[in-house]
Amino acid sequence: MGKIIINIEQCKGCKLCVIFCPKQLIKLSEKLNPAGYHPAEFIDNGQCNSCGLCYQMCPDVAIEVWKGEKR
Amino acid sequence: MKKIFSRPESLTAKRNIYCSGCGHGIVHRLIAEVIDELGIREKTIGVAPVGCAVFAYDYWNFDVTEAAHGRPPAVATGIKRVLPDRVVFTYQGDGDLAAIGTAETVHAANRGENITIIFVNNGVYGMTGGQMAPTTLIAQKTTTTPLGRDPKIAGYPIKISEALGQLEGSVYIERVTVNSPKNTIKAKRAIKKAFQNQIQNKGFSLVEVLSMCPIAWGVNPVEALKWIEQKMIPVFPLGVIKDKDLTAKGNL
Repeated sequence: MGKIIINIEQCKGCKLCVIFCPKQLIKLSEKLNPAGYHPAEFIDNGQCNSCGLCYQMCPDVAIEVWKGEKR
Repeated sequence: MKKIFSRPESLTAKRNIYCSGCGHGIVHRLIAEVIDELGIREKTIGVAPVGCAVFAYDYWNFDVTEAAHGRPPAVATGIKRVLPDRVVFTYQGDGDLAAIGTAETVHAANRGENITIIFVNNGVYGMTGGQMAPTTLIAQKTTTTPLGRDPKIAGYPIKISEALGQLEGSVYIERVTVNSPKNTIKAKRAIKKAFQNQIQNKGFSLVEVLSMCPIAWGVNPVEALKWIEQKMIPVFPLGVIKDKDLTAKGNL
């Protein structure tokens, strides 16, 4: 189990993370960020496996990927 | 919980000015990660171009200097010759490297300068408003070719990497792209090799990165990824163009 943290101030809503997330856990927010973009938002339902594809494609390096400890 | 991917140390926290979906941000990160992994942040000197990446010195957390339009290979030559123990690289767009700076690029390669060049090719002049560049594809619409590029009056897209590969002085030239996670990881591997070549004193290395410019292409960021796949790669094929290591072994 993992999670990502999105820096909404740096995100420019390009959706590259949205289309590459294999589990469709990222969507664009309804809200606007200070720059006027709809930033990406993480849907935290415990399915993220920290694959990091969103991080690989983010042109703004606005995503941090965390991995849970093995139980 | 353990952090496994985050902003590399060689990138500052500053928000970049690139458009939504621009490939420059990805390439900046790849270079920063390679520099962190090689542990050369304290002895790296970058040379920033004129073009969209003109403010690259604000985003990288190591020494970066600015050069006149097209002249980063000449500036990098000077820095490397005076400070041979530093790792010197240039970061250039297609307008900078393949148009205005063609002479500097060709002669730096021909002299076999021990520098690394990261060449970001998006087929247009992005910063000035999407005008035609030498790398613009045939029939591609830009603000200066509103009916599409016509080879009769504007020539053909220049394959500068293949041209530089013909020169005796160049050591390693590869073309990569950042249009998918897989290609991005491959691009990082190529960039790392280009830096390692310099550290091992092998000589001139260049990595051409096909990068997205959704605004100047008139598509959205997601369509821009497909645009690279369908339109750019057939003209600018990916892969190793020259590698003297492989040629020596008879593999290329």
